[in-house]
Amino acid sequence: MKKVLILGATSAIAQATVRLLAARGASLYLVGRNAQNLEAVAKDAATRGAAKVESRALDLDDCGAHEALVEQAMQALGGLDGAVIAHGVLGDQDASQRSWAAAEAVLRTNFLSAASLLTSLANRFEAQKAGTLVVISSVAGDRGRQSNYVYGASKGALSVFLQGLRNRLAKSNVAVVTVKPGFVDTPMTAHVPKNKLFASPEKVARGLLAAADGRKNEVYVPGFWALIMLIIRSIPEPIFKRLKL
Amino acid sequence: MKSPQSWGRFPRVAQETRALTWGSGALPSAPGPLLPHGLGRSYGDSCLNADGTLLLTSALDRLIDFDPATGVLRCEAGVTLDTVLRLVAPRGWFLPVTPGTKYVTVGGAIANDVHGKNHHRGGTFGRYVRSFELLRSDGTRRVCAPDAHPDWYGATIGGLGLTGLITWAEVQLVPIRNPYILQETVPCENLDAFLDVARASEADYEFTMAWVDCLARGRKLGRGLLFRGNFAPPQFDGLPLAKSHLSHGSGLAVPVDMPAFCLNRLSVSAFNWLYYRRQRGRPRQRLTHYDPFFYPLDAIYGWNRIYGARGFLQFQCVVPYSTARDALREILERSSRGGVPSFLSVLKTFGDIPSPGWLSFPRQGVTLAMDFANRGEKTWRLVEDLDRLTREAGGAVYPAKDARMSPESFAAYFPRREQFLPYIDPAFSSSFWRRVNPPATPSLPMLEGRADGATPPVSLLAIR
Ligand SMILES: Cc1cc2nc3c(=O)[nH]c(=O)nc-3n(C[C@H](O)[C@H](O)[C@H](O)COP(=O)(O)OP(=O)(O)OC[C@H]3O[C@@H](n4cnc5c(N)ncnc54)[C@H](O)[C@@H]3O)c2cc1C
Repeated sequence: MKKVLILGATSAIAQATVRLLAARGASLYLVGRNAQNLEAVAKDAATRGAAKVESRALDLDDCGAHEALVEQAMQALGGLDGAVIAHGVLGDQDASQRSWAAAEAVLRTNFLSAASLLTSLANRFEAQKAGTLVVISSVAGDRGRQSNYVYGASKGALSVFLQGLRNRLAKSNVAVVTVKPGFVDTPMTAHVPKNKLFASPEKVARGLLAAADGRKNEVYVPGFWALIMLIIRSIPEPIFKRLKL
Repeated sequence: MKSPQSWGRFPRVAQETRALTWGSGALPSAPGPLLPHGLGRSYGDSCLNADGTLLLTSALDRLIDFDPATGVLRCEAGVTLDTVLRLVAPRGWFLPVTPGTKYVTVGGAIANDVHGKNHHRGGTFGRYVRSFELLRSDGTRRVCAPDAHPDWYGATIGGLGLTGLITWAEVQLVPIRNPYILQETVPCENLDAFLDVARASEADYEFTMAWVDCLARGRKLGRGLLFRGNFAPPQFDGLPLAKSHLSHGSGLAVPVDMPAFCLNRLSVSAFNWLYYRRQRGRPRQRLTHYDPFFYPLDAIYGWNRIYGARGFLQFQCVVPYSTARDALREILERSSRGGVPSFLSVLKTFGDIPSPGWLSFPRQGVTLAMDFANRGEKTWRLVEDLDRLTREAGGAVYPAKDARMSPESFAAYFPRREQFLPYIDPAFSSSFWRRVNPPATPSLPMLEGRADGATPPVSLLAIR
């Protein structure tokens, strides 16, 4: 990936990814919600060696703005050969259970806005018969659990959407990479007590880029999550529904 | 989350933490007084805040601008010297001043106004800080420079993190031709020899420092090896180094706390003896990469754990030349007799280049740093003794390496304390600061405006 659009560039995983791409001398178009924070990430990328850095502050929940955004990014970088979708919210399961508005907000940010962006990007990449789409989903999308099924559903829907897209774009030489991190030590999880399962954003970013370079389909980062999720997925539903997970 | 510790792993205190993510945000409201915390490479309690809150700056690690034509770097305060070097060394620039580890933050380097092996030539880190932003708990932000808010500039450099949070800083780097150091090792028989060689070396060498065998006594008191060097001249540009010149990146780590019995008089003197022998036999002059030259200890990750779970105390003092010979002889003698051996002792000289920082530690004279395993009362008495000797010699002890100096010592070492007091942020404090400024000390700033108030001072006895 040499000309990359990064969506949700101020998230911890995206920032770490931006640094790795910058060090490789890539050109970057960064999108995030907070203009001031975005500016800090853009300057960091430029100082670390990015060939070119453009940025735009935008609330990605506004799906109506996505077509124009992708168009702008292509204009600014003279084309695109990669995109990383990294924006997302953890939400609050309790609030999501009590109010549909809270649940809908999670689904909109994590699934609807990602699907909208992917629609626009996929069509362009399909037409140019090249490119890599990297999307951060989550292990939480592999099986619904009472403690975070709204977030899990948003990511699960995203993973299925990506499967279909991958299937569709295989003949067009476009790679669709689903990245499923486990627990990551980021501001999003600042309130959660940390244990050995937590990975640093840097580690996840390295895994993400390796997967993108290798044009992988689905990867768990760190890799041990593949095993954990295999076990979790294979617990029979009659038992699973009684577990406190 | 485990409460951060200082490098000496003593004292251990309980405190809250808040990770700062963006420099543009306001300071968090949190229990007790606040204190910025970099990478905790200070040894004692100056980077700790018992019953208060540490503001973790490690995510404020973004670069803002680097101009390869002028060598001016602007970055957030949590950027490490390691990150800086990775960025600038390949482009022909270097840190103007660097401490003996690259795992410190720019904010921490400013707040302690750190010194390096080149104090006689370059002075302290603070001299190269062109400007920085200081964020106070009342929400005000000041860009401080020698000619803009010079008082805040002077108070914050060496200001021990008490004047507010440094969010970003701009530093002037120095040009280098290549990343190599031409290093020379000179064995010194005793303290007198060291002082003579050190002074004589200042004229021709940018970097000097000496390792001292702290257990040598009598005529050999102060025996050691002086290392001096310069960046390599043009003929070495682009030269590939032999493997033996690159001792770094060994990947060694101290995985667990070593049991206390590993460190005793016998093992330490054996180590020192072997080290002295081995180095003495080596070629006097050799080419080395800057990394092992400046950061030999960084090669062994977590080396502070060799002192065991009780941690260790470092003692670093500086004494003026006029009293140096006698005072250092006395200090070395006491510590070699004290029965708590120091593994690593470092001697070097400070020049007379003044720092802009009001509470800056370096001043002209000879500085000695020693590590002592924490063996309780015995160690305390010894270090207290060394402190007294330093005071009598008209010297000073380094707060970044201290866990025990008395309020009286602090006031004696830092005569500009009074001038500094009004610049302390009323919401900020540290374990160190409360220790050396108990409430009885006149003109202690009131910690007003915080409902929860200041935590009671942690007395010397209490932290033991
Ligand atoms: C192996 C080793 C070798 C060393 N060699 C030397 C040496 O040669 N010379 C020397 O001078 N020192 C030396 N030191 C000490 C070290 O350089 C200093 O203690 C340094 O300040 C540590 O930086 P830090 O980022 O870890 O900060 P911390 O130790 O976490 O904090 C140090 C101080 O900086 C303040 N601070 C941190 N960030 C900010 C900020 N953003 N805004 C305001 N205040 C802030 C803290 O409140 C605290 O008072 C050495 C330490 C080690 C472990």
